[in-house]
Amino acid sequence: MPDIIFQDGSIRQNQWVVVFRPESGEPLDIPEQRQVLIPADLWVANRERYAGNENVGVWLDSHDEPETLANHVNELPLIAVNFPKFSDGRGYSIARLLRERFGYKNELRAIGDVLLDQLQFMKRCGFDTYELRPDKDIRKAAKSLNFFSQGYQAATDTDLPLFRRRAS
Amino acid sequence: MYVYDEHDRKMAAERVAQFRDQTQRALAGELEEDEFLPLRLQNGLYIQRLAPMLRICVPYGMLRSVQLHRLARITRDYDKNYAHFTTRQNVQLNWPALENVPDILAELAEVEMHANQTSGNCIRNTTTDQFAGVQADEITDPRPYCEIIRQWSTFHPEFAYLPRKFKVAVNASEKTDRAAIQVHDIGLQIVRNDAGELGFRVHVGGGLGRTPMVAPVIREFLPELDLLTYLEAVLRVYNRYGRRDNKFKARIKILVKALTPEGFAEKVESEWAHIKDSPTRLTPEAIERIQSYFTEPDYAELDNATELLAQQRFENRAFDQWLQHNIDTHKKPGYAIVSLTMKETGTPPGDVTDQQFEQIADLADEYSFGEARVTHHQNVVLADVRQDRLLELWQQLGPMGFGTANLHTLTDIICCPGGDFCALANAKSIPVAEAIQRRFDDLDFLYDLGNIDLNISGCMNACGHHHVGNIGVLGVDKKGQEFYQVSLGGASQHDASIGKILGPSFAQDDMPDVIAKIIDVYVDTRTEEESFLDTYRRVGITPFKERVYA
Repeated sequence: MPDIIFQDGSIRQNQWVVVFRPESGEPLDIPEQRQVLIPADLWVANRERYAGNENVGVWLDSHDEPETLANHVNELPLIAVNFPKFSDGRGYSIARLLRERFGYKNELRAIGDVLLDQLQFMKRCGFDTYELRPDKDIRKAAKSLNFFSQGYQAATDTDLPLFRRRAS
Repeated sequence: MYVYDEHDRKMAAERVAQFRDQTQRALAGELEEDEFLPLRLQNGLYIQRLAPMLRICVPYGMLRSVQLHRLARITRDYDKNYAHFTTRQNVQLNWPALENVPDILAELAEVEMHANQTSGNCIRNTTTDQFAGVQADEITDPRPYCEIIRQWSTFHPEFAYLPRKFKVAVNASEKTDRAAIQVHDIGLQIVRNDAGELGFRVHVGGGLGRTPMVAPVIREFLPELDLLTYLEAVLRVYNRYGRRDNKFKARIKILVKALTPEGFAEKVESEWAHIKDSPTRLTPEAIERIQSYFTEPDYAELDNATELLAQQRFENRAFDQWLQHNIDTHKKPGYAIVSLTMKETGTPPGDVTDQQFEQIADLADEYSFGEARVTHHQNVVLADVRQDRLLELWQQLGPMGFGTANLHTLTDIICCPGGDFCALANAKSIPVAEAIQRRFDDLDFLYDLGNIDLNISGCMNACGHHHVGNIGVLGVDKKGQEFYQVSLGGASQHDASIGKILGPSFAQDDMPDVIAKIIDVYVDTRTEEESFLDTYRRVGITPFKERVYA
């Protein structure tokens, strides 16, 4: 499995397996003895079974609604958001909603078509781990995460837009 | 005008370093073409028919003389000694080399300019009225709000990969709308409510292109301090629910139409309810800080130079015509707003040479406190000229190519670069503009016709805003041949409307005749007071159709 980039730029081994949505009618095929990420709606439908299980997290696709997890986000050890194509920007809004609206505190991971040049935007929107597409050079991630020393806006990473910092 | 502080400077420098790194990785093959594409677009760089094209941002059209000098130098050092003013108040280079673009951006950053977000599926340059701050009837100067929006939208982490491009325009005048806000994704009209408080009427979902639409109002009054949180709510709804499956249905106008304006407004309001009191909410101090950069220049206490001008006009008919057409009333007695037309026949509309950049800079220094403005009509404005120096200024303009006294007339054509430069175009637009200008070369006749907006686009992306031209011309491709479709009755001001197609399209050579016949119908049927648009609205399209296709 590809390694995972952490927000500080460090690189660690990935422990989580993404379980894809089964064909309709098929049961969810969860590998044993592994930490798994299952489709979010399937977790919601079976919440009593999974909630509090440190080995079961969820993933949201870019068209999924984070509202479905709303009050239960902190029952999850990890939420991943899939970028089917790096140019699909819905995942940024999903991340901010999970963090800022629903108060999600645990690990938030970007998966899918994750490239270097979008990492800092992802970080600002609340992602704290990143599964870089395997053909990209993971050693360049730390630089990409910190290209800009600050931003103009408030986002998940800061409550203070530049206009408030200037005033203080 | 806004001046960078250390934060702005630092981020501008970091942006240049970032793009240099990205360009190197692209040239080294570490970035696929489709991965580099949005990165270069968000730095203004298109790959065009003949060469790359670099669109340089001119925030809300304002330029200082030092910036004009720098643009002149850049066209000499990196291009072919000319550039082009666009319909969104920006400047385009036609021939930069890809590997030089980071250096060009570094040169721009030195004079507090950039090419950020002038292209790509992100929030673009916020535009406004070129007479902002100097006209008598505006509610307040719109430029500080444009600058506030510029800062908020620059490198916004959530909205860099929208379904499609996103354009905001702000207008502050009650009577006019030179910013054409109703054909923007968001149009903000500055208003005061019954309590006298400042705010915005918010239009969302206007636009040109394939599906032209006039933007409906989704909020009648948005308090001033709520500007950014509300924009954030609109953008979030669009980012989440705008269509991404079909490029031609991805603009916010399609979403607004699908949800209905009421349905869309409801979604925005419910999103906004969560964030309206977030730290993104503006503070009076933050607005005052930005406003402090847009204070009045050091005007002299003058009276209007009425008698002097009357004498000068009496003695010089050409000067008289220029005053009538290219001068607008200034809020300050003794001053005038001067429009320099970039529409000399034989020169592509909006084109400007390195020498002309230098000349505009020198004129701005000498006559207008060192500032100039680019207009939505692809002209240049000197906003603060003393009336007693107008004659002296005018005498210099003719040789420079800015003196054509055709502002707002039929030959003050808005025109995109078209098939001569643009990879998207179906047809050339510049030769059509020139042929029409040559046909209508009698200024007295043009003045008699009054204000007519003639807008030409080389394809349905509508950069030449043909939908909102009183006469619109659209280049179309028919089996590999270039043809032109004509529409009538478009308007971009407060009474915005989309033009109606006249009928089957025409060959390029026929275009001057077609326009002449349309003008004949107007001349034959108008009443004394009617403009072209008035006549069209009264008699409809039929008489025009009958004459043109007779």
